[in-house]
Amino acid sequence: MNTNLLVVIAASAVFYGTPLFFAALGGVITERSGVLNLGVEGTMLIGAVTGAWASQHVGGSAWFTVLISILMGMAAGALTSLLHAFLCITLRTNQTVAGLAITIAAGGVGLSSYFANIWEVAANPVNRPIRKLDVFGLADAPVLGPIVFNQTILTYVSWVMVAVASWYLFRTKIGLQLRAVGESPQTADAMGINVVKYRYLHTVLGGSLAGLGGVFYSLAIVPLWVDGMTKGAGWIAIALVIFGFWRPGLTLVGAYLFGALQSLGTALKARNVNISGDVLDALPFVMTIVVLVLISSRFAHRRLGAPASLGVPYEREER
Amino acid sequence: MRSPVRLERRLEQPRWLNWSIPVISLVTALVLGAIVLWITGKNPLEVYDRILERGFLGKRPIQGTLITATPFAFTGLCAAVAFRMGVINIGGEGQFYVGAIGAAWVGIAMTGQPVGVAVVGMVVMGMLFGAAYGSIVGVLKARFNTNEIITSLMLNYIAGILLNYLIFNSRSYWRDPRSMGFPSGKPITERNEWTDYVVGGVKIPLGFLIAVIAAGAIWVLYKRTRFGFEVGVIADSPRAARYAGIRTRSTIVLVMALSGALAGLGGASDVGDFRHILDAKGLQLGGFGYTGIVVAALARFNPFSTLLVAFLLGGLTNAGYALQGPDFPSGLVGTLQGLILFTAVAGEILVRYRIRANRRRTQAVAS
Repeated sequence: MNTNLLVVIAASAVFYGTPLFFAALGGVITERSGVLNLGVEGTMLIGAVTGAWASQHVGGSAWFTVLISILMGMAAGALTSLLHAFLCITLRTNQTVAGLAITIAAGGVGLSSYFANIWEVAANPVNRPIRKLDVFGLADAPVLGPIVFNQTILTYVSWVMVAVASWYLFRTKIGLQLRAVGESPQTADAMGINVVKYRYLHTVLGGSLAGLGGVFYSLAIVPLWVDGMTKGAGWIAIALVIFGFWRPGLTLVGAYLFGALQSLGTALKARNVNISGDVLDALPFVMTIVVLVLISSRFAHRRLGAPASLGVPYEREER
Repeated sequence: MRSPVRLERRLEQPRWLNWSIPVISLVTALVLGAIVLWITGKNPLEVYDRILERGFLGKRPIQGTLITATPFAFTGLCAAVAFRMGVINIGGEGQFYVGAIGAAWVGIAMTGQPVGVAVVGMVVMGMLFGAAYGSIVGVLKARFNTNEIITSLMLNYIAGILLNYLIFNSRSYWRDPRSMGFPSGKPITERNEWTDYVVGGVKIPLGFLIAVIAAGAIWVLYKRTRFGFEVGVIADSPRAARYAGIRTRSTIVLVMALSGALAGLGGASDVGDFRHILDAKGLQLGGFGYTGIVVAALARFNPFSTLLVAFLLGGLTNAGYALQGPDFPSGLVGTLQGLILFTAVAGEILVRYRIRANRRRTQAVAS
C-alpha cells in the first residue's frame, strides 16, 4: 500500500516542499515588513554551502553536528540578508535591484561556488546528513506512515513554525505593528514604532529561514554540495509568497503543491512511466507562471493582502 | 542619539554624477573584492595584477576580451532597454538561448545562399525568436499585470530545459546525428560562419560591431523619437502616461519584444561568431543574461556606457577563464561581478542624496 503512486508522491511532496516552505515563510515575514527580498536564491545557496561545510568540519555526536550545521546555515543566511537590509533600508536603494545583486553575487557562479572551492566542500560528501526519522515506529504504517511519520526533523519543525508564525503575525502586538510597518510606514512611525528596526529584524529573520531552506538542500535532499544546487527554488519560493497571499498556512499548502511537482519526475521514472523527463522538469516553472497569472490581477492583490508599501523605501524626511 | 551624517535629497542631479558614480562604484567593488580575497588567504594585488595582464594588456588579451564582451554587450542592452521603462527583464538569459536556437536553425538550413543573405537571415531569425520569447513576459505584464521579474526568470529555466531537450534528449534538427557518445549540436554550414574584422591587428568579431550599431540605434530611438519619449513618461509615471493617452500596454509589449530581440541577437552572434553550433551546455554555463544586468546597472542604462562596461566585465571574465585553476578558483569572477553590482546599486544613493554632516542644532527656534 505504501508503494502506491499517490502515497509516494505525497510523501516526497512534503519532503521536497519543506525547503520551499522555509524560504517562502522567510519571504512572508520579510515582505510583511514592506521589504522585498529577491535575493532568496543566493541566500539559500550561501546557507547550503555553510551547512555543508559545518557538517564536514564540526565534530561531536551526529545530533550535535546536524544542529550546528543548521544553525550555521541560518546564521549565514541572516548575514546575507543583513547586507540586503543595509542596502534597502539604510541606503534606500531599489529593492528589486539590490535583491538581484544578492542572487548574482552569492548565486551558482558567485560567492557560494567560491566558498565551496576554497573550503573544499564539493570534494567530499557531507558527514552527517539530515536523515528521515521513524516517528513512533510508524514509518511503515499504511498511507500516513511515509507521509507523516517518516520525514526529517526539519519537516516537523516547519509544522510547528506554521502555527508560531501565524500566531506571531496575526495574534501578537508585535505582529500587528509589523503589518502596520508594511502597510503604511508613515502611520507606524507616527505611532512611535521604530520602522527601521522592524524592517531590519524581519529581513534578517527571513534571511535565516532562507538559509535554513538551503541547508535542507545540501544536508537532506542531495545531500552533498553541488554548485547552484537549489536550481531556482529560491525564485519559486518568492512566487509562493504571492501564491500563499502572505499567509503562513496557505504558503505551506503551496510549497507542498510545488514539492509534488518537483518529485513527480523521480516518482514516475521509477515506475517506467513513459513521459519526457524534460517536460516534468519544466512543470514547476510553467506552473509558477500559470499561478502568478491567475492571481496577479490588481484586484486580487488588494483583496488578498499584499502589504501596501511592499518594495517602497521609507524616507522619514519626506513625510 | 543621532547619527553623525544625514541624507539630504538633491534638488537637481548634476551631469558629472553620470561618470563619477560608476567609477566610485567600481573602485569600491575592487576594494571590497580585495577584502574578500585577503580574508580567504589570497594576495589581492597579485590577483588583480594577473586579471589586468590576462584581460586587458596586449593584443591577444584584448581579442579574447572582445569575444567575451560581445554577449555581455547584447544582454546588457537587453536589460537597459527594459529597465529604462521600469520593466525589470531578467529574462535576457532565456531570450539569448532562444535567439541562438533560431539563428542555428537558419545557419544549418541555408547552404547555397550568398554569405550576406545567410548572415542577415541568422540575425533576423535570432531577433525574431528572442522578441517572441520576450514578448511573452510583456503580454503577461500588460494584460494581467503579472510580475515580470518572476515570469522572465521562470522562462529562463524553461529555455534551459528546452536547450537540453533539443541537444541531449531528442533527435532534433539541431543535434548532430554523428555525435553518438556525447551529444552535441550540428555545425552550421561553414560558409555561414561570421567573419572577423581586423583593426590595428586586433580581430573584432562581427557581433561586437553589430552591438555598437544596436547601441546607436537604441540611443536614437530613446532620445530622438516619440516612442522613446513615451517610454520615458511610462517610466516616470504609468498613470500620467495613461492620462496623456499613451498606449501603455502595447508599449510594454513592444519594449519587451525589443529587449528580447537584443538578447536574441546576442544568441545569434554566439552561434555565428563563436561556437558555430547550438551549444546547450556552453550557453547555460555562460550566465550571459545575469551578467547583462550587472553591465546595464553599472552603465546606468545608457547604451554607449553599456558597451564600455561590457568590455570591462568581458576582460574580467576573460581573465577568469584564462587563470582558472587552483589559485584562481571558479566563482571568483562571479563574486567580483556581484560586488560591482552591489556598489553600483548602492552608488545610486549618491545620485539622489547628498551626505551632510550633522551639526548640533542650536536652540534658535525656542524663543
